[in-house]
Amino acid sequence: MAYFSADNGGDMAADTFPKLLMERALQYGQKKTALREKDLGIWQSFSWQVYLEKVKYFSLGLVSIGFQHGDKIAVIGDNKPEWIIAELAAQSACGYGVGIYQDSILKEIAHIINHSESKFVIAEDQEQVDKILDMMDDLPNIKKIIYYDPKGMSKYEDEILAHFPDIMALGREYEKDHPHLFERNVEKTEENDIAWICTTSGTTGLPKLAMLTHKNLISMASNLGKFDPKYESDDIVSFLPLPWVGEQMIAVASGLLFGMTVNFPESAESAQSDLREIGPHVMFSPPRVWENLCASVQVKVMDASWLKRLVFNAALPIGDKWSDYKFAKKQPPFFFKIIYYLAYYAVFKALKDRLGFTNIRSATTGGAALGPDTFKFFHALGISLKQIYGQTEIAGISCVHRDNDINPDTMGEPIPETEMKISETGEILSRSPAVFAGYYKQPEETAKTVIDGWLHSGDAGYLTPEGHIVVIDRIKDVMSLIDGVKFSPQFIENKLKFSPYIKEAVTIGHNRDFIIAMISIDFGIVGNWAERHRINFTTYTDLSSKPEVIDLIQAEAEKINKGLPENARIRRFVLLYKELDADDDELTRTGKVRRHYVEEKYSEIIEGMYAGLDSIKIDAVIKFQDGKTSTIHTVMAVRKV
Amino acid sequence: MVKNRVGDEAILKGEEITLSFGGISALMGVNFSVKKGEVFSIIGPNGAGKSSLYNVINGFYHPQRGRVIFKGQEITHMKPYEIARLGIARSFQNIELFKHMSVLENMMLGRHIHIKYGLFSSMLYFGPGRKEEVIHRKRVEDIIDFLEIEHIRKKQVGTLSYGLQKRVEMARALCLEPEILLLDEPMAGMNLEETEDMCRFIVDVNTEWGMTVLLIEHDMGVVMDMSDRLMVLDFGESIAEGTPEEVQKNEKVATAYLGDSDGVFLGR
Repeated sequence: MAYFSADNGGDMAADTFPKLLMERALQYGQKKTALREKDLGIWQSFSWQVYLEKVKYFSLGLVSIGFQHGDKIAVIGDNKPEWIIAELAAQSACGYGVGIYQDSILKEIAHIINHSESKFVIAEDQEQVDKILDMMDDLPNIKKIIYYDPKGMSKYEDEILAHFPDIMALGREYEKDHPHLFERNVEKTEENDIAWICTTSGTTGLPKLAMLTHKNLISMASNLGKFDPKYESDDIVSFLPLPWVGEQMIAVASGLLFGMTVNFPESAESAQSDLREIGPHVMFSPPRVWENLCASVQVKVMDASWLKRLVFNAALPIGDKWSDYKFAKKQPPFFFKIIYYLAYYAVFKALKDRLGFTNIRSATTGGAALGPDTFKFFHALGISLKQIYGQTEIAGISCVHRDNDINPDTMGEPIPETEMKISETGEILSRSPAVFAGYYKQPEETAKTVIDGWLHSGDAGYLTPEGHIVVIDRIKDVMSLIDGVKFSPQFIENKLKFSPYIKEAVTIGHNRDFIIAMISIDFGIVGNWAERHRINFTTYTDLSSKPEVIDLIQAEAEKINKGLPENARIRRFVLLYKELDADDDELTRTGKVRRHYVEEKYSEIIEGMYAGLDSIKIDAVIKFQDGKTSTIHTVMAVRKV
Repeated sequence: MVKNRVGDEAILKGEEITLSFGGISALMGVNFSVKKGEVFSIIGPNGAGKSSLYNVINGFYHPQRGRVIFKGQEITHMKPYEIARLGIARSFQNIELFKHMSVLENMMLGRHIHIKYGLFSSMLYFGPGRKEEVIHRKRVEDIIDFLEIEHIRKKQVGTLSYGLQKRVEMARALCLEPEILLLDEPMAGMNLEETEDMCRFIVDVNTEWGMTVLLIEHDMGVVMDMSDRLMVLDFGESIAEGTPEEVQKNEKVATAYLGDSDGVFLGR
């Protein structure tokens, strides 16, 4: 197994992604699979040679229809090989681009396309094409919309549309008149050129466009690889949104640098079973994915036969204890090892297989904080889950746990070439070759974020004596009660969210007498629970106002309170009548709560809770995705804990 | 739009179809003609004879009088499997799938009329039988991709939601690769999103694959939007046939179908 890192493999000749792609194609040619896509139920493989050819002809195709040096593309669609091919094709033509989350609202999509001045849009299918076509009047720069899933497209006759393979065919023709143009273009790319734009989730207002250079992304991937090695024999499954910096750094940057095989699931719905078929070696996901996996196991256990439940419930505490030994860096006693291996072969091994983690070697989480209990759960299964910390502005990563130094309360230590320090105000600052080139056309914002080369994260934190970084919360989100007790709402919320019944929680208490929580239940799981307890319900609103359900959540809240300091416990809570939703601006696209917005929106409820009311009457308007509205009249019960 | 999607020739014609059960007349001299490539809807109140007409078309019932003509050939007295082989497939109002089999198995069964290998070669899974199986599976996979049901490919049909079962039923009908697809209330009991998906599939089947679609549906918004032409049945009689605009203006339809002359429901 050849080990590839930037030290020995990449002799730094290949300092851009297109150059890396050519190097890999030369190295592996037809012999090794670069991309694999499940299509029509079968995994179709493309070798590195084919990968390069596709990029080459699409790139030349773009050039032939007017793509010039420095031009930009915007890509919107599911994870498919074409997404990455388009990305590399733009880079190979000395341009770059930006990825757009598919579920973005139209206003955001238009903003990103216009602000980035993208001339070409690569849109997956009819749904995405329709979105763009509907907004054409507001998108003056667009020259071509290129789609790669032709289903339903035959009735469109708009001149501006083109099919992906047709552009590649144009590229093939173009090459006849312009031989070696592609190679010359690739040669012209430089490490300090912008490689890609990642949108930052911007917890307030419209997203900002962070420009990352080839050097940013490649140095990050190579430095992360020194702490968390990756090999050419590794498989990864690309199922998280490619506009996200995390997916860029694993599926694109690390994939190219280490020559890993990138697998694309058939559809978003089948990703879980496709993941199992591949059994990836490397996986990096935001906490939400790990939490969902953990919750799905808990639900399946609830539905299992009594015998299976018994075995699982007997094995789990053993696993938890195993993780405790691991976190404390202690050798477990010999007899306990035997017990753990019994539990492992009885339960955990099969469970790992079900989740698709039989081969997993590098499992990491990042993007937000992961509840310590979820962390423990995966370690109990024998999956060495590690925390990654970083911002989009530093190509995604500045810290990671080392393999034998995992502590669920910290973010690990800085990767090579990365310096970190805590400012006088308690803010985490970092400096490395991966610090970004700035926000696109927003120098004043850039100047606020990077000062003397130090990236200001906006996170409050501290360094442990072992050199690990601990993140408390966003600086603006660390709160104190009126008596001065400091608390992190996110910490409490993560504890709440570990309950399978709770989907989302918002805690409030800044400059108040005590802490309150607004909780939205997980409709699927609580609905399932209600069915088994013969509780009739109709809608989400109805279910969350059932006294039995409120009792259920109360019991959960009481359990969680025991793990919180005496003076920072939840005193009151309500169950919200709707789920928090990104479409209502309550969550960011990556699923983080927009705290200030939520507080404003539900101020009536919050004031009612502090006023000591037992119940609060609500008349609210709900907006559906298609623009229709309906009003909800309900009474929310306030419970004391 | 694809040009000349709808042809001039009538692909399916009914002439004076009369069907009665004992003393009850289900259909009384119904005439209609469906052009190749169009979406043709049949509407009418409950018990008007819509599903009975479907049953006559695909040979479950044989009318006492009248003829059904498919591509110039009379099929009135043929057996259902003979008619299916000619190229008429249907989905049912109440889902008729094999609940304990997987989606894939249900769909492969839908291919049976195209399968040529015999018992032996299928048992051995060898030689021509194997080659054929691969071809059929490819076709099934195309349809799975088309109807976006990849994630439930291997699920048991009985465990699926109602909306998905409806989609699987349509998938199985498509596996026959029919020339005419008869859909019986494909949107019944679906939520808004599922309805929109289903509409999109029907439009795509019609425009991309050029399949002629017959549709029974109570959702007037859907019917008026999607149909090229429609027929209104009332107590076994056809009282109007024409484009949605023509039918909406028809006084007789408003009175018979809605019980008054306001026509509010048809007016969308």
